Amino acid sequence: MERAADGGIELRLSGEERRLLAGLAAELRSLLEGETGDPSLRRLFPPAYEDEQDEDGYRALMGAELLDGRREALELLARTAEQERLSAEEADAWLRALNDLRLVLGTRLDVQEDTLLDEVRPDDERAAGFAVYGYLSWLQEQLVAALAPADP
Amino acid sequence: MYPDRSFQTDARAVPTRLEAGAASGASMSTTLAPAEVEVEQPVGADEVEHDRPWIVIVWNDPINLMSYVTLVFQKLFGYSRAKATQLMLQVHNEGRAVVSSGTREKAEYDVARLHAHGLWATMRQD
Repeated sequence: MERAADGGIELRLSGEERRLLAGLAAELRSLLEGETGDPSLRRLFPPAYEDEQDEDGYRALMGAELLDGRREALELLARTAEQERLSAEEADAWLRALNDLRLVLGTRLDVQEDTLLDEVRPDDERAAGFAVYGYLSWLQEQLVAALAPADP
Repeated sequence: MYPDRSFQTDARAVPTRLEAGAASGASMSTTLAPAEVEVEQPVGADEVEHDRPWIVIVWNDPINLMSYVTLVFQKLFGYSRAKATQLMLQVHNEGRAVVSSGTREKAEYDVARLHAHGLWATMRQD
């Protein structure tokens, strides 16, 4: 991934990577269609307040829009996965969608501060999940580096 | 600063919250003034409650990338890379950091933007 002169991003990904990204985005998108009480989704909806009543108010005010924003970003990732370049807006949606994928997958894999991906054994039933998680993390690092603003 | 065009709730959510913020801000300054002058008169508990700023706290989590958290702080709050990095490191090393503060409406808006970016943010009155 590389920053283009107009603020967009050049995407150099293999067909396999693009299909993986589109598939994951579509999967999480459909997961967000149904009951959002799935425990692996909890990191997407952290509480704003300790107080239950305040939290209910926050959910009533912001909940639907936050959910819509997540769905739209995932939809955009799935839709633009085959593109050679992303506009600045599309790149920003990718950034948030990739992060949501990492949050959900990381929660499922029970990633901790001291989890070292290199130490996951190939016979671990979570090995495939960790491989995808590692790939998404690498991709996210590339995108962050390409988007990071220079100090004035 | 990297332009934030992404947060879909901005345009729709902000006006109502800003109106609420402006209203409470106005009543705050009128109720504050006498309390500052007439020192002997006890200030009502409600007014004190109302005056204390709200703070937005970001908590450490094992999944969000350090580079990503730094970028989000730069993007949402316009912080320099140095300031954003310092806050990110505080979150990482101390478990949490206060990243913004202000009226309840502003804090709620900032928390929602952080939530939209997948950060673990909460708010409370200081």
